[in-house]
Amino acid sequence: MKILVPVKRVPDPTQKAKIKDGHIDLTGASWIVNTFDEYAIETALRLVENGADNTRLPGAEIIVVSLGPDEAAKEIRTCLAMGADRAIHVSCSDAEIDSLVVVKVLAAIVAAEKPDAVIMGKQAVDGDANQVGQMLAAKLGWPQATFAASLELSADKAAFTVGREVDGGVEYKKVPLHSVITVDLRIVAPRAVKNGVTPESHNYSGEGARLPSLKGIMAAKKKPMTQAKLADYGAGLGAVIREQSVVLPPPRAAGQIVADIATLVKKLADEAKVL
Amino acid sequence: MGNVLAFCEFVVSSGGAQLRSSALSNLSFARLAAEAHGGEVVALLIGPGAAAAGPDAAKYAPKVVVVDDPGLAHYLAETYAPIVAEVAKAQGATLISATASAVGKDLAPRVAGLLDAGMASDVAKLAGKDTFVRPVLAGNAYSTVQVTTPIIVVTPRQSEFEAAAELPAAGTVATAPAGALDALGAEFVRLDAQKSDRPELSDAKVVVSGGRGMKNGENFKVLEQLADLLGAAMGASRAATDAGMVPADWQVGQTGKIVAPNLYFAVAISGAIQHLAGMKGSKTIVAINKNKDEPIFQVADYGVVAEWEKAVPELIAEIKKLKASR
Repeated sequence: MKILVPVKRVPDPTQKAKIKDGHIDLTGASWIVNTFDEYAIETALRLVENGADNTRLPGAEIIVVSLGPDEAAKEIRTCLAMGADRAIHVSCSDAEIDSLVVVKVLAAIVAAEKPDAVIMGKQAVDGDANQVGQMLAAKLGWPQATFAASLELSADKAAFTVGREVDGGVEYKKVPLHSVITVDLRIVAPRAVKNGVTPESHNYSGEGARLPSLKGIMAAKKKPMTQAKLADYGAGLGAVIREQSVVLPPPRAAGQIVADIATLVKKLADEAKVL
Repeated sequence: MGNVLAFCEFVVSSGGAQLRSSALSNLSFARLAAEAHGGEVVALLIGPGAAAAGPDAAKYAPKVVVVDDPGLAHYLAETYAPIVAEVAKAQGATLISATASAVGKDLAPRVAGLLDAGMASDVAKLAGKDTFVRPVLAGNAYSTVQVTTPIIVVTPRQSEFEAAAELPAAGTVATAPAGALDALGAEFVRLDAQKSDRPELSDAKVVVSGGRGMKNGENFKVLEQLADLLGAAMGASRAATDAGMVPADWQVGQTGKIVAPNLYFAVAISGAIQHLAGMKGSKTIVAINKNKDEPIFQVADYGVVAEWEKAVPELIAEIKKLKASR
């Protein structure tokens, strides 16, 4: 199985947001692979391996694609170190791209690479847009299974049954190969991904995506990374979304610590008037 | 000049068919957008029961289009998105909106992809015809974005737009054909519903949430007592849902539900950025935690430094006392 995993580098979300000249100031920021994209790589790896003895299934390939500046090569290498096989780095500045530009590039790469599935994070934790997976599926004329919390490959290896967290429960949706799957947090639960090879009793750690091993880091240095440009995909045409300004939300007024529950209830009733 | 097509979710029950509260928020956003676009609101209802829910939608929108076909029995983005795109074209829409619910977030970007439309997700405010304010970085910043395509797709946040009021005169209801339905091989298998008599988390007036400090699902029972006393919805932090203490759809946070109730109780929740992003729009926030240094106290209007084991039963007793005194 050949799986394409689009990834994005994002500023580490644990950093405090700063504004400069009306936009987010990323000077000196540290960067990471978008967490949901890391989970997508973890999902792809679990699909193509026997988790119990850590062996890769024959004929499997995981290709990482990323649009971003030259510096993003570092985060792409991290994905290779986790276990992806090769990468395509489409060099561009963040200002040149928006969801539709990214989708145009990814659609062209899908057409060229012909993967069996695209698996990606449900959203990037900087822009929080949650658009690219669905837009890409539309552009390709492929089905989609978004917000995947579980994923099971059918016995005939021709379809996925995806557990999706929706309002009021979990919906199970079946999609054939050649679908776009976007993953949610719980896809990294110990038994969330079933590929019919890893024993049902096998538990993954469940603590998030796997960390690159030292061996993986060494191997990643030799894995192929194709360099490309936006223009190679006819996508250097400009973004349609323009960010005008960014502001920090006003801080909440300082709260108060109350001595006991009786005081709390009195204040909620008389002062806040919410009881 | 252009119309605003508002995709509206509805429920069909034995008592009839009516719009969901999330649709009413969407219609309230759509009215603002229609004014900016110099057009009118067209509500779109898709699926079995759409025709029955049409008159309810017509209380809020001057024009309602219903697409009712047995082939649409279960929501699938693959079949719904082309219908939204076709109706948008037929109705001369320059903006398409759908509440940022589980369905809206799945559907709207696919519609945008079909129409090559730029999209603004999770919109908190309309700043102009094509300009929107939306949270980024888990709600730690607000970005104003301009969308420059001829058709714009928007998912407004339910918590940011009040339910639309009824119009003085009801609108008209028209039907549109479903067309050739092609699910592209996708199938709805089943829904494992979480049954609850409590209000929906997304639009509850009061929310009671528990965190990692609750230790196990059994301990949430006392929070449920508090919730039921207040007619509140139950919520939880990611730590609690990840640990399997409570259902995943209770999760409040950047990656869970975004809530903005009048009153929010955070019990044994530390207050990770992830969680705060989902609830800091609440009007009044109460934090109960045994550790006074937890970040939750920085956003709380009222904090009580106490163990939940003692504080929550006391809270229930005090509220009962208050209610009895009225």
